[in-house]
Amino acid sequence: MGPTARRRLRRLLRATVLYGCMLVAFVAILAPFAWLLISSVARPVDLLAKPLSFIPSEISFDRYAALTIGANPDSAAEGFRAAMLNSLTIATAVTGIALVVGVPAAYAFARLRFPGRSRLVLIFMATYMLPPIALVIPLYQIMSGLDLLDTTMALIIIYSSFVTPFVIWIMRGYIEGISPELDDAARVDGCSRLGALIRVILPVSAPGLVSTGLLSFLLAWDEFFYALVMTQTNAAKTVPVALNDFIGRHGIDFGLLAAGGVIAAIPPVLIAFVFQRYLVAGLTAGGVKG
Amino acid sequence: MAGLTAARRRLRPTAWSEAWVAGAFVTPAALVILLIVAYPLVRALWLSVHDVVLTRPGEAPFVALANYARELASPDFWAAVQRSLVFTVVSTAIELVLGIALAVLMDQPLRLRWLLRSLVILPWALPTIVNALMWRWIDNAEYGALNALLTQTGLIGSYQQWLSNPSTAMWMVIVADAWKMTPLVAILVLAALQGINREQIEAARVDGAGVVSTFRYVVLPLLTPTLLIVLVLRTMEAFKVFDIIWIMTNGGPANETQSIAIYAYQTAYRAYDFGRGSALGYLIALAIMLLAAVYLRVLGRVGRS
Repeated sequence: MGPTARRRLRRLLRATVLYGCMLVAFVAILAPFAWLLISSVARPVDLLAKPLSFIPSEISFDRYAALTIGANPDSAAEGFRAAMLNSLTIATAVTGIALVVGVPAAYAFARLRFPGRSRLVLIFMATYMLPPIALVIPLYQIMSGLDLLDTTMALIIIYSSFVTPFVIWIMRGYIEGISPELDDAARVDGCSRLGALIRVILPVSAPGLVSTGLLSFLLAWDEFFYALVMTQTNAAKTVPVALNDFIGRHGIDFGLLAAGGVIAAIPPVLIAFVFQRYLVAGLTAGGVKG
Repeated sequence: MAGLTAARRRLRPTAWSEAWVAGAFVTPAALVILLIVAYPLVRALWLSVHDVVLTRPGEAPFVALANYARELASPDFWAAVQRSLVFTVVSTAIELVLGIALAVLMDQPLRLRWLLRSLVILPWALPTIVNALMWRWIDNAEYGALNALLTQTGLIGSYQQWLSNPSTAMWMVIVADAWKMTPLVAILVLAALQGINREQIEAARVDGAGVVSTFRYVVLPLLTPTLLIVLVLRTMEAFKVFDIIWIMTNGGPANETQSIAIYAYQTAYRAYDFGRGSALGYLIALAIMLLAAVYLRVLGRVGRS
């Protein structure tokens, strides 16, 4: 075997191994999710069959219709619809609040010199790291005292407290990456700091704002623990809590659970695929610069 | 340019005016964060040194550190700590190793690499609760896809109770967590890999280094800052794990997956013992802050070198 043949063999071997790994990665990523999708449209007969046939004999979207647009919703569907609305309201409000109060703070931490700056950054980051279990009991008592238990307002307030430091963390990294010449030029032109922030920094950091906003939305959409403790009824239950209830009430109807899960996953998965580039940029900005 | 620099010098504000602006910019965030966190922290401290049980309203005698002492002497507490540590160490290790491997794979010039790069975000984007439900269903003892797959291919003889068997439950939870979080590690590591100067790698290869030693001695050191940060974030997240375990096993079977956060939650909301629950919350918070402090120090050292 000549050297050329040996090199070709080696390259072939390398390609086989790499594409083999790739296949494993595809299957590992897709198979569990594919099974969730299949379960949501398969008939109960197929799901409970032994041996299990992984390809269902027929598919139906009845469960999706029942949970979303179907007329005469039962209590499960009613709860799920209310929860979708609550989750959307909460996640949107929290994202708005966190951006409005977080971005100016991020700008201050990135650009301005003031006493106690680095200590304050540390304190803010520490609050983000605090385990919810350390705060939940007093927060529960406070919300109960303010008559806010089982309201979306309570969750909006609580979530803002940990999404805001997250926004500050990521946006500070973004703004530090923008040349200071830009705001200086704006200020020479007579802009105030606020003017420089609004007219120069915000437009330049638009991709950062988009990714930070989306990540904030996902954080709020995903939260379960506080929602579990603070909500009791359809007035404020969020999607994660509604799904948790499904387990108790419809323990046997796995198909309905799967359909609920898929619907709950649609907003974040859509966001992730459409804005992938922004999200990855945001994650790396926050993760690497810290 | 010179004009701009001169203008900037003229503009250079006094430290005071800059501090005022900064104060105005930071205050709203400080109010949102500190009011919602600081007061509860103080209140939790108060609760943790009193005997507050909701089934006995109106009484809250001061007990000093008795709640803490009771937990620190309790075998249940230490068992929960141990389970949290196992979950944290094993899941973080798996996520780091697989995440690096996946990132290296996505960095290779392969066909369909673009597809893998965009699909990899799917597990991460799936909400934690949906992920937990999905794996709970896959691991189901009677109708689960895992049992069906393994028996129908002849790998196991009969259906297993993955989530209600004390010796497998924790591993199933770890698999579910790793499935969701490995992609995040891979995405962060891939970004770091793409930031590495290709010439450095080429130079090592030209000098006769093999693929493995190039990775070990050239690439890995350049990845260290990213890996350390991922390690920090993952361990802190994993140590306070609640959601995924709560949905998959409720802390069972026989408390075998009861993490420290679940133990604290059950103490507070099943026994309605807010005093002990708050003491536990403080102990967990202290552990995490300690971890953060150690990491910050290590990171600082790496950053400087």
